[in-house]
Amino acid sequence: MDSLSSLLDGFGTALSPVNLLWAAVGVLLGTAIGVLPGIGPAMAVALLLPVTYGLDPTAAFIMFAGIYYGGMFGGSTTSILLNTPGETAAVVAAMEGHPMARSGRGAQALAAAAIGHFAGGMIGTCLLVFLAPTVADLAVDIGAPDYFAIMVLAFIAVTSVLGSSRIRGFASLLIGLTIGLVGLDQMTGQQRLTFGSLQLADGIDVVIVAVGLFAIGEALWVALHLRRRPDEPIPVGRPWLGKAELRRTWKPWLRGPAIGFPFGAIPAGGAEIPTFLSYVTEKRLSKHRDEFGKGAIEGVAGPESAASASAAGTLVSMLTLGLPTTAVAAVMLAAFQQYGIQPGPLLFEREPDLVWGLIASLFIAMVMLLVLNLPLAPVWAKLLRIPRPYLYAGILFFAAVGAYAVGGEPLDLVILLIIGLLGLLMRRYGLPVLPAVIGVILGPGAEQQLRRALQISDGSMSGLVDTPFSVTVYVVIALILCWPLAKRLVPGRVR
Amino acid sequence: MTDSHADTNTDTANNTANKTDTGTGLRAFLRGRSELGVCALLLAIGVLVLTDALTMDTDFAQRGPVGPRTVPIVVGVALLVVAVLLAVDVLRGGKGEAEGGEDIDLAAPGDWRTVLLLAGVFLANAFLIDPLGFPISGALLFWGSAYALGSRAFHRDPLIAAVLSTVTFFVFDRLLAVPLPGGPLMEVL
Repeated sequence: MDSLSSLLDGFGTALSPVNLLWAAVGVLLGTAIGVLPGIGPAMAVALLLPVTYGLDPTAAFIMFAGIYYGGMFGGSTTSILLNTPGETAAVVAAMEGHPMARSGRGAQALAAAAIGHFAGGMIGTCLLVFLAPTVADLAVDIGAPDYFAIMVLAFIAVTSVLGSSRIRGFASLLIGLTIGLVGLDQMTGQQRLTFGSLQLADGIDVVIVAVGLFAIGEALWVALHLRRRPDEPIPVGRPWLGKAELRRTWKPWLRGPAIGFPFGAIPAGGAEIPTFLSYVTEKRLSKHRDEFGKGAIEGVAGPESAASASAAGTLVSMLTLGLPTTAVAAVMLAAFQQYGIQPGPLLFEREPDLVWGLIASLFIAMVMLLVLNLPLAPVWAKLLRIPRPYLYAGILFFAAVGAYAVGGEPLDLVILLIIGLLGLLMRRYGLPVLPAVIGVILGPGAEQQLRRALQISDGSMSGLVDTPFSVTVYVVIALILCWPLAKRLVPGRVR
Repeated sequence: MTDSHADTNTDTANNTANKTDTGTGLRAFLRGRSELGVCALLLAIGVLVLTDALTMDTDFAQRGPVGPRTVPIVVGVALLVVAVLLAVDVLRGGKGEAEGGEDIDLAAPGDWRTVLLLAGVFLANAFLIDPLGFPISGALLFWGSAYALGSRAFHRDPLIAAVLSTVTFFVFDRLLAVPLPGGPLMEVL
């Protein structure tokens, strides 16, 4: 098998001591961030973007992948012990995991979640190994109209599938597109929205926008409504599973990826829908249906496995098509752009070392995470006691470091604060943040592809739909626009 | 933006109380509808984008049939449309759900004093980072933010801030090759 030998090469890259070190840094940071309230993996990757300026891209992405997967592991610890999930992917884990912890079975819940993540991540990453090259091959000769179609798909998907209000999603997307317009037009050098300022002519760096919206916006929003007495986490011992529990969990662990992976790969918005679908499935199939809602272990095992598998699925569309379906994927895409690398079908040809090193490191990260999380869960849980002023002061501190590192410009810090206040406003009024970030990251590229496509067709709109691929994508977009019927399957926003 | 801020303190409680007739006329109408401020903001951005696009010089060397004005015009018009649609939604009783989270207590009234303090501390850092250097301005940023957020450990907080800031400076500036300004302190050392 071709992809197997590439994967072996990838292990050669990933197992080098330096890259192993970065993978370890990534999973440690990721788990800590997942456990810490208030910080999600997207914020973490955004904050770390400037750290990687001096790193080579392979090391940077190995670290980011560790953070992504680690955040999922850590996130379920929080929702099981605190019942207040920070990441959307962990909402379902709280539904069964927290009752288990309250009735003294927290250790089993943590074990079911950690092994679920491991199983889901492993199966998902295997699927990634075999599917990604195939998808890349199928899409290898896509041109400007196809790229434009994919980006429109990303815009529509992120505004229509996520969140509770489409109109607010679109408002957020348009804000992002506007920020993306600031600067010199890439094709003609025309100044747009710069108001004569030289610094704005360079455009607003994606890092500033991502850090402003994810980190500053979140910290200020929490500061506005800070819970004065944080919930006490339930103390818990070392995670373990008895034989009876293993008998109940192994099937959900294996079923999870079947639901999670495809949902991660299609632009349906990450882990929220698949974890819930997995929960419903496990409830229907369980012999202990009466236990659901009071702490059924299947309800932890299945959804957690689905969540990790969906992360792997997300990477398929991110790496092969350059299509980000979650916030983390969007920020990782921005990181690729920083390095001047365009994720897409050609990535596997042009940067085989990077891609396969990254994929191999996912397997390594998964093993590291299992080792870190099974015996050490009680240690991680101690992070939940961090004084909140330090936590959010720290977020502001590192956001300032990151934004300043972009260009050494104090003005960037002012822009960062303004975007942060915008993020606060968006959270206050229910405008989702992700569409804005996707708008900033993909907007300029989408405009360029649109203009290129119309240049080829000499201005005729048919130039946008003259390939089978782009037609297929537009059909998918039409389907998504009719999606609200299916969305009723998902319960009202739990957050 | 500022006028929408003014009434947010009261409107969280007001939403649940389902708008009892406390005020009169326009004020009563706007109460609980501060989201209209978002519409106004979108409208303003839309006008700004359109103005910028329409006043653009047209003598640029254009390649292809679509110039640098087309996309801004589309985005600007879309902003106006969304602003109107959102206003309609709000007037019909639609409401953006405020985002929840682990440390967020939405039942509590908004604490704008803390937010303003944090913004002030952050802005101070932006102006102090070049003259004082990162180790000092960063420490002030951390301590100031922790203070604004309610930490009152006057022995521990400055110490943590100083250590964090100095360690970060060395890790970024020396280890990761991400330059930060050392300021007078680092010149002495």
